[in-house]
Amino acid sequence: MFSRVFPVQKGMFDTAGEASSKIKKILKKVGIPPDIVRDVAIAAYETELNLVIHSLGGELTLSVNPEIIELISQDVGPGINDVNMALKEGYSTAPDDVRDMGFGAGMGLPNVQRHCHEFQIASELGRGTTIRAKYFLKNN
Amino acid sequence: MKLAEVAALLDARALCCLGRLDEEVSAAFGSDMMSDVLAFMNEDTLLLTGLVNAHVIRTAEMLELRCIVFVRGKRVNEEIVELAEAQNVVLLTTEKTLYESCGVLFAGGLPGVKRKK
Ligand SMILES: Nc1ncnc2c1ncn2[C@@H]1O[C@H](COP(=O)(O)OP(=O)(O)OP(=O)(O)O)[C@@H](O)[C@H]1O
Ligand SMILES: [Mg+2]
Repeated sequence: MFSRVFPVQKGMFDTAGEASSKIKKILKKVGIPPDIVRDVAIAAYETELNLVIHSLGGELTLSVNPEIIELISQDVGPGINDVNMALKEGYSTAPDDVRDMGFGAGMGLPNVQRHCHEFQIASELGRGTTIRAKYFLKNN
Repeated sequence: MKLAEVAALLDARALCCLGRLDEEVSAAFGSDMMSDVLAFMNEDTLLLTGLVNAHVIRTAEMLELRCIVFVRGKRVNEEIVELAEAQNVVLLTTEKTLYESCGVLFAGGLPGVKRKK
């Protein structure tokens, strides 16, 4: 059982993806099945990009035990106004400069849902957003 | 389809991983939107794109894509090539447009990717 925290700063587009890259390497190294490694990496990258693009800053936490991998994205704001809308494909508030870099199609959160076994999101305006993606390593 | 055949059909030049052109891809996807690439592509496939930045390589790393074809003769700087080399992603570059490149590969027998889930 281990747990690691990766801080992610807002607006740091140049380094966006470094936390996810580390997460992917760690999971590979401890021998997690390749399809689950890919799923966690995709979820981590999507949530990391969201922290960079949409949040005021936050962190990714990876926890691994023999049964469950948990990826948590937590930030300090601004929170999501309408979570149900944010979970729909195509809904995005990303500005044009983000689109020019190839992101902001409103595909990220639905993609996280598709790439985990259990998904939870909680958000409060002014307080922040927490996303939990779980992966079950047994019977799967 | 072997990557060497992809390169031949597109008159493309390999920018790195020259020793891996005998590897195969089973399907391809064309887009300048990495958001869509992340939502549609699977491992060991080929991406055609006109977007050139480090996030294209990062995206390929997460998805474990096998090859990226930069279309429309886009200039690819050394930093991108080095990143791709480190990730073992084959880079090709062609003067053809995205539309034409996709058409040529599709006609040559390389199908589009199927969304996994
Ligand atoms: N951590 C966050 N803090 C605040 N708002 C967020 C956060 N994550 C997502 N959102 C909001 O939810 C919307 C949808 O997010 P999603 O990741 O699905 O799409 P996107 O980031 O806009 O585009 P894409 O992920 O396709 O590049 C965002 O446009 C933004 O308004
Ligand atoms: Mg997103």
